[in-house]
Amino acid sequence: MPVITYRDALNQALREEMQRDDRVFIMGEEVGIYQGAYKVSKGLLQEFGEMRVVDTPITELGFAGVGVGAAMVGLRPVIEFMTWNFALLALDQVVNAAAKMLSMSGGQYNIPMVFRGPNGAALQLSAQHSQAWESWLSHIPGLKVVAPGTPYDAKGLLKSAIRDDNPVLVLEGEMLYNAKGEVPDGDYTIPLGKAQVKREGDHVSIISYGKMINVANQAADLLAKDGIRAEVVDLLTLRPLDSETVCTSVRKTNRAVVVEEGWEMCGIGAQIADYIQRDCFDDLDAPVLRVHQADAPMPYAKNLERAAKPDAQKTVAAVRQVLYLD
Amino acid sequence: MSRPKPEGSDDPALRLSLLREMLLMRRFEERTAEAYAMGKIGGFCHLYIGQEAVGAGAISVLRPDDYVITSYRDHGQALARGISPRAIMSELFGRIDGVSKGKGGSMHLFDRNTNFLGGHGIVAAHIPIATGVGFAIKYRGGDQVCLCFFGEAAVNNGAFHEALNMAALWQLPVIYLVENNRYGMGTALERASSVNDIAERACSYDMPNEVVDGQDVIAVREATMRAIARARGENTPTLIEVRTYRFMGHSMSDAVSGTYRSKEELDEYMKRDPITVLRAQMEQRGEWSDEKMAAIDAEVRAIVEDAWNFADESPEPPLEALTEDVYVDTTSDTATGTAAGDR
Repeated sequence: MPVITYRDALNQALREEMQRDDRVFIMGEEVGIYQGAYKVSKGLLQEFGEMRVVDTPITELGFAGVGVGAAMVGLRPVIEFMTWNFALLALDQVVNAAAKMLSMSGGQYNIPMVFRGPNGAALQLSAQHSQAWESWLSHIPGLKVVAPGTPYDAKGLLKSAIRDDNPVLVLEGEMLYNAKGEVPDGDYTIPLGKAQVKREGDHVSIISYGKMINVANQAADLLAKDGIRAEVVDLLTLRPLDSETVCTSVRKTNRAVVVEEGWEMCGIGAQIADYIQRDCFDDLDAPVLRVHQADAPMPYAKNLERAAKPDAQKTVAAVRQVLYLD
Repeated sequence: MSRPKPEGSDDPALRLSLLREMLLMRRFEERTAEAYAMGKIGGFCHLYIGQEAVGAGAISVLRPDDYVITSYRDHGQALARGISPRAIMSELFGRIDGVSKGKGGSMHLFDRNTNFLGGHGIVAAHIPIATGVGFAIKYRGGDQVCLCFFGEAAVNNGAFHEALNMAALWQLPVIYLVENNRYGMGTALERASSVNDIAERACSYDMPNEVVDGQDVIAVREATMRAIARARGENTPTLIEVRTYRFMGHSMSDAVSGTYRSKEELDEYMKRDPITVLRAQMEQRGEWSDEKMAAIDAEVRAIVEDAWNFADESPEPPLEALTEDVYVDTTSDTATGTAAGDR
């Protein structure tokens, strides 16, 4: 199977879906002539022309709304945010328009569109460019939210997102774009709303998503050296969240650690812990622990940034704690 | 309901039809206010009384396949677009037969059958959506237009600027129609905008623009026709500033006068009631008769009564509706390639 980057996997998904359905177009800052701020849309302008690969002014609220309007009357926009940090300016369109249009129109106007871009921290981008928005975005009924952590998942989930008739938010990662993995040529999709066990184990469940799935895997490798068999559950979709796969794993391992990129308060891990305590309380042998970003705006200094982010060592420490090894 | 024909303006039948439409809006909303006072309608409810000529005139020149989108002051435009008064009143009453199945209420009237893309509740937020509708029309190579209504307070919001810039940059067939009713809630135009001639804002985007007397339904109609000709023929957007006045408070909880505007000012503007203005035009042409008018008034009152009774008897939405229409469970599994077609 071909090994390609996460960036190229997304590019394949976009190209294949645009070839498949002429209602699909991509719009955002620098997606055309510049070939994408992160080159995800490379070559698409040349193949599909400027009506379907649309460079916009720096006007996130405006072009998010343009996407909503186009979706209301039958097109299938893919709106690229250069990063989800900039999408904060567009949240009114995402939350008040895209998410609610179907409900407040009594089922008349669905919004078949995708908002996508990198989410969370890269390297030393400091406070305003390093935020992980998944818990904000997953809070909203009417939206679907996916967070692929591998090239294979990126292609399959983006294709499903484009074909879905609801607004779907795709959370990518600047630090993931160069990551390589096996990705089949041609068409395949990954169903939305399904988590996946990425690695089997029976001592502890490490539950994660997006770029943190790689942290979870690194931690599992480190733990294996000490004979600890960790199961890694990749949520893949954060809304609707597949709590059944999570709880099935926890019923087997009796211990759970959630690794999430964002801040602790009201985070994804809090929701996972809630599902676990409701659905498999009697199976737990230890409290659910969470590994997350430090409760501070992301600092610039290299050492402070490292200290702020979740990593494999912090995950190992949490796992040892739920196993009562330390 | 007989619809005004989309060509020409000097036509007795057209004037009669527009008069009937404005009377229907007026009588409908007078009863809306009563129903609100009786507790049959809740939430926020914004009346259009005084502004009827704007919706009636502008919408009268649209084709059925054109699009209309507006703000939360949407009852009048919904009626002008031909949405059933029963379905609108049922929506206001929060009933299952409402045009949005009781989920939207006064501020969120939507109707796919007439391409009525909603009542939207966040000031200015639907203006970029209108730009997107224009984008989709151009994308498909269609010749429809999107008519977007909003109040003058919206022009101070960033969404307005972002939307108009892109529409002009990309040459999209959208008509941005500002209903300048002088007040954004209780804040007068001069207290909110550094530019008092709103049409001039279009100069920032090199966009055609004009100012129209919003109490004269024929003038509104003709200005909209000029804008539509630019939009259909040349994909050129237009900003129309329609100068009108709201005879009621901002919403049902706002006194008609006394805080931010005087009784004297209100009385002065009410001399130019859009229905009276059209009546004068008809009298001048010998088209007016009290008997004919009494008959039309009786007819629209009967329509409004019927709408009230229908809404009153319509059931509340079933509780299982609570979680319906949050997501659609369909997926576009096959490439349909219908970008050239219209929905």
